[in-house]
Amino acid sequence: MQRGISFLMDGKRYEALEGQSVLQVALDHHINIPHFCFHEDLPVGAHCRLCLVETKEKVVPSCTLKVTQDLEVLTQTPRVIALRKKNLALLCAGHTERCPRCRQKEPCPVLRILQAYEVDVEQYTRPKTGSPFLRLATAVEIDPDCCIGCNKCVEMCQKVGVGFLTLEGQGASTHVACTPNEKIDCLYCGQCTAHCPVGAAREQSAIKEVEAALEDQDKMVIAQMAPSIRCSIGEAFGEVPGKDMTGECYTALRLLGFDRVFDVNFGADLTTWVEAHELVERINQGGPFPLFTACCPGWVKCAEFYYPKWLPHLTAARSPHMLAGAAYKTWWAKKEGVDPQKIVVVSIMPCTSKKYEACQEKFLIDGWKPVDHVLTTREFVRMLRARSIDLSLLKKSEGDSLSHHSGAAAIYGASGGVMESALRTAAWILDGTHMERVTFEEVRGMKGIKKAHVQMGGKTLRVAVCATKTNADFLLQELEKDPEAYHYIEVMACPGGCVGGGGQPIPTTDRIIAKRIAGLYGIDDDATIRRAHENPLAKEFMEQYISSLSAERQQQLLYTRYQPRQRFE
Amino acid sequence: MNDLFSWIKEEGLVGRGGACYPVWKKWEAVRQASGAKKYVICNASEGEPGVFKDAHLLEMFPEKVFEGLRLAMEFVETKEAFFNFNRSLYERLSSKMEYVSRQMRKQGYAITFFKETPSYIGGEETALLNAIEGKRVEPRLKPPYPSQAGLFGCPTLIHNVETLFDIACVADNTFTHERFYSISENEKPLGVHHLPDDWTIRQVLEEAECVPSYDFFVQVGGSASGPVFGSDQAETEHVSGAGSIEMYPLTTDPKELLQHWFDFYARESCGKCTPCKMGSYNLAQLLKASQEIPWQEIMEIVDTMEATSFCALGSSIATPIKTYRRNILGLG
Repeated sequence: MQRGISFLMDGKRYEALEGQSVLQVALDHHINIPHFCFHEDLPVGAHCRLCLVETKEKVVPSCTLKVTQDLEVLTQTPRVIALRKKNLALLCAGHTERCPRCRQKEPCPVLRILQAYEVDVEQYTRPKTGSPFLRLATAVEIDPDCCIGCNKCVEMCQKVGVGFLTLEGQGASTHVACTPNEKIDCLYCGQCTAHCPVGAAREQSAIKEVEAALEDQDKMVIAQMAPSIRCSIGEAFGEVPGKDMTGECYTALRLLGFDRVFDVNFGADLTTWVEAHELVERINQGGPFPLFTACCPGWVKCAEFYYPKWLPHLTAARSPHMLAGAAYKTWWAKKEGVDPQKIVVVSIMPCTSKKYEACQEKFLIDGWKPVDHVLTTREFVRMLRARSIDLSLLKKSEGDSLSHHSGAAAIYGASGGVMESALRTAAWILDGTHMERVTFEEVRGMKGIKKAHVQMGGKTLRVAVCATKTNADFLLQELEKDPEAYHYIEVMACPGGCVGGGGQPIPTTDRIIAKRIAGLYGIDDDATIRRAHENPLAKEFMEQYISSLSAERQQQLLYTRYQPRQRFE
Repeated sequence: MNDLFSWIKEEGLVGRGGACYPVWKKWEAVRQASGAKKYVICNASEGEPGVFKDAHLLEMFPEKVFEGLRLAMEFVETKEAFFNFNRSLYERLSSKMEYVSRQMRKQGYAITFFKETPSYIGGEETALLNAIEGKRVEPRLKPPYPSQAGLFGCPTLIHNVETLFDIACVADNTFTHERFYSISENEKPLGVHHLPDDWTIRQVLEEAECVPSYDFFVQVGGSASGPVFGSDQAETEHVSGAGSIEMYPLTTDPKELLQHWFDFYARESCGKCTPCKMGSYNLAQLLKASQEIPWQEIMEIVDTMEATSFCALGSSIATPIKTYRRNILGLG
């Protein structure tokens, strides 16, 4: 039990818990102390030396200064300001030279702080690292010459169990780089981009391509946003994490010029439909087990690179936005009399890995991509800012036809959500109307690994849910000993699932992620339809359209396949 | 062993790596720390210019140094030790070192030689721990101190070569409150001398017959991070930090000397913290690009490095610069 203590900051008394740092308390009370290398979920590095404060004895970084009873600190003395300013000028030397290439952060947090401290970035210089600009598939890019060596991306990459990034060089040339270890590959999860304070690690932007499509009068541009976007995007506009902004997002997408506003949630119901049937089939046939979820492209990449022997166990169901994209360009296009060639599908995702997924050739249908472009939540925010659209001031509106979805789709954004959605439908298939149970709380929450026993079809299913490769590694080790330890396993690459995705608003912390998750379950609680197969549009698509197609065509639209991959493949 | 501990305490033995921390305090901390496994590390990094007395000791008195190591291992009840060599030094002494370590092994002590790429940061003990663990060579946040959680998270006692030598001397009753002084002139080593630790710089130079015939000034306790004194001050000042005295002619070009120091810091900065990595680089660049010495800009950076660097290596730059300004150049 942490003891409560109180201390003085700028003459005012604050309550804190023993062991907390002054910076942590200050941030919790919205006291602005600049910092680049502190993140509450990562080990304190104390690299950047910006969060300086003054005690009676000396100037110290507030990230390492633990609160003690009656400690007195000052956060804004002339000495502290002068030293922060000097370190800012040194750290950000030459930073703005990289702006034209970055074009990422609007408003840029680095520029904001430089302006606040009136720092001249040309006063000092930084050496060129000589390291190449890195492009990781079509998902992430890293500019070593923009890197300040704060190590947060490296720490995060290690924390999620990947360990692909490392620091290279010495002194002023210290910068982020890929590990030379051939046995480690990037999953494109983008956690580095969500934890980089200066935009050196960032998503490969698709904004230009999307804007071009929107300007093209000949194109029918469809927007679809992922389940987890709606409960996180508000943060960029001053809303609390977890606030449901679905209606405002629909309005905003129309303001940006999208011709139709659909929703990946519709696709989530389709994925659940396909995946639950696959699960039921395996239950009825007695295996093979376990069945793995596969709507997270980071996890798919992980399995293809690190665990190829388990590939036959990944569900064949395509991920929600890919399934939905295919539905728009076939079924919906036919119904509406729209030429599929003219449809451009833009997914707004919490994820950088989805950019990599959308480009893969294996998903092509008659030569066209089910999803043409992927924007992250942050890119969506940037587009809105560029048009001076404040999401929090917008009126809610309804989505167009294919935005209708069940509560089961809403929870896809949280770790355990895909599993729970599939269990709801599978239980209904197996137990029919006798199955009154809707929710499966045991697979919810922020725990890295969740295990449960679930009854259905007169059988006990052993299920497990995990988030991040760190936890997936644990489960897969368990499977080495007992390959049938579980019947069904959900894996997500990011902490907390998609709500903690690499494309989400910055900052993203476990505390914030937990609130986003609560928002998603709130949507489900309020939904009138809670099971995917009860979504009338999903039903129509699957039972009328899909069942009218040849097996080969069904394969093309609904299913995917996996293959072992080499590094960087 | 308890006798040795109290003798060490009575003799006031301090670490000879430069920090002058009381040996008995380190011993007590590591002995009291709980841990199934403990380590002793001998650091023979000597990454700072002007300091070469540890190499001398290992060359002349390896048995005594290893005896000190053995005593330290006995005290903290471990059979495992690491010996950190600057790679080039190891290459020079390898046959002797391997022989002594084999003798130790016969007595049941396992000594692992770690050969680091020569570096200044290797002198920072937590950076050394990272290096041995195969991690990026940069200092760790303290606490925990190495005595609580050091190598691989185990309580670890880290000593300099000379400290181990002193410990062995205390044990066999030959400790005479002397220390080893590396003496050099304009970056050329002149020799190592074992002389009383309370002598003035002048006394040491005279006894070593190293007093230059020209007007000079000195830098003691490391030719990068140590303080600078005029020849008159050398008559009253002592050698602090690591045992070294470097003599420079009074005619030394200030800009060249500053460049020498700045280049060293810029080259050796590990890259962890902003003030040290970016400050030292910009000091070197700034001076290179200037005709005159831009003192104000230099001192702004030096002050920032002194006040905000992560470890002592970065903040130490203020010592030579400020003392050189005051004592030699007569600037405020």
